Amino acid sequence: MAKILTKNLNLWYGTFQALINVNMAVQEKRITAIIGPSGCGKSTLLRVFNRMNDLIEGVRTKGKVEIDNQNILEGDFSELVQLRKKVGMVFQRPNPFPLSIYENIIFGLKVHHLAKKEEFDRIVERALESVLLWDDLKDKLHSNALRLSLEQRQRLCIARAIAVAPDIVLMDEPCSALDPQSTARIEELMRELKKDYTIIIVTHNMQQAARVSDDTGFMLLGELVEFDNTDKIFTRPQDKRTEDYITGRYG
Amino acid sequence: MKTTTKQKIAFAILFLCTVIVVLPVLFVLAVVIKNGWPAINWEFLTTMPRNNMKAGGIYPAIMGTIYLVSLSTLFSLPIGLFAAIYLNEYAEENMLTRLIRLAIVNLAGVSSVVYGLFGLVMFVTFLKFGVSILSGALTLAIMNLPVIITASVEALASVPYSFREVSRSLGASRWQTIRHSVLPFAIPGILTGAILSLARAAGETAPILFTVAAFYLPNLPHSVFDQAMALPYHLYIISTQIPGIPQQMRYATALVLVGIVFSMNIFAVIIRSKFRKKKKW
Repeated sequence: MAKILTKNLNLWYGTFQALINVNMAVQEKRITAIIGPSGCGKSTLLRVFNRMNDLIEGVRTKGKVEIDNQNILEGDFSELVQLRKKVGMVFQRPNPFPLSIYENIIFGLKVHHLAKKEEFDRIVERALESVLLWDDLKDKLHSNALRLSLEQRQRLCIARAIAVAPDIVLMDEPCSALDPQSTARIEELMRELKKDYTIIIVTHNMQQAARVSDDTGFMLLGELVEFDNTDKIFTRPQDKRTEDYITGRYG
Repeated sequence: MKTTTKQKIAFAILFLCTVIVVLPVLFVLAVVIKNGWPAINWEFLTTMPRNNMKAGGIYPAIMGTIYLVSLSTLFSLPIGLFAAIYLNEYAEENMLTRLIRLAIVNLAGVSSVVYGLFGLVMFVTFLKFGVSILSGALTLAIMNLPVIITASVEALASVPYSFREVSRSLGASRWQTIRHSVLPFAIPGILTGAILSLARAAGETAPILFTVAAFYLPNLPHSVFDQAMALPYHLYIISTQIPGIPQQMRYATALVLVGIVFSMNIFAVIIRSKFRKKKKW
């Protein structure tokens, strides 16, 4: 059964239609990549899944997006909070708060009143362990997160997202600010994380999609042109446009 | 003419303009310090005026100014801060908010005597607070609101959008986001603006002229409904209204006033520079 299911999803920014009839099914505990040229709507689609588009004025959606069989596009504030607890997000620029490493990780816990103070230590340790930062940082948990390297910051942001125990982690070009070595290590981490989480990654780096993902969707001008196994998309694309993009004829 | 020569001339002109800006400030300070410093002593700062203000100290005027500045901050800081939060974080961009912004900018430019007259009509007469510390503090607070709002809006706007975005993506509400991910990082900027506006409140004469200032009081005020003496008005009186006051006393009073305003400004500068060092995002 699909973890996330979109049915005839349409989205407008004012009068501009950014998503056109998107139908896709994201499988649980796999990495799904969304690729496509700039402005194709891949980030917009990603931000539908935790309703981050709500922050922008004049956004309208039509159609359905179901996570665990529940339509997430409806629902009041408390359901929105639950949605965002269930669906974590990692952004393009590593963006820890200018607070300590510890405070960054417990931010979400405090918002959701998820844990008691006594449990914070354990949760911080587990979150940092799962992004492989614990050994490096266990002695400086209370130093400012902005002192970390870019890669460490991005790992910290992943730890901050998974500290509230989500099911799904959305990643919006998480490696575009990182050098190739760091990128490779973050990709390694993603493969590790998919044992516990369903991951959707938006990337304009096709090699990254090919390396890391299980399924890939190709988007163009707001449409989901093709969605299939990553191997299939990259070796035997069904649509001419997908083939053109993958072979580098545009984008 | 060679480009480098032109450049030298341009730099010289720019430098000259800068000097012209700084000179009057230094000159004022020099005159005030030179003439006032000899008269400043413990007695001058801590005793009541005597002998028709020709002798004794300026203690009640100092205290009056401190009361006025503190009470006006108590009104203007929370109101200004909350208004700024609303304008920067909640308000939609429409005709009404544009009007409000325009009004705030214009209020900042209104001359202080107009605020004084407004205070007289509104607080002294209409609300029947009388000529009192309360009326004076409220008048100063209203005068300072535009400054505090503008500084606070700028401080809030300088907090990166990504902080709000992350916070919301973690499930925080709008208010939780403001409270935990925006305000803490804007506080130093807000404080800087608030202190600068306090300094202005301490130095203004016109807004307190009709609303609170007393020519001479034998005692310190007992409540906010009493009149009070205040430094700028006291300076005005001893400089123009009473003949035969020793020159030194006038300059010493001016020096105390300038000293208070100056130390507040320096305090604001220190806070701001600390903030800049911490701000690395």
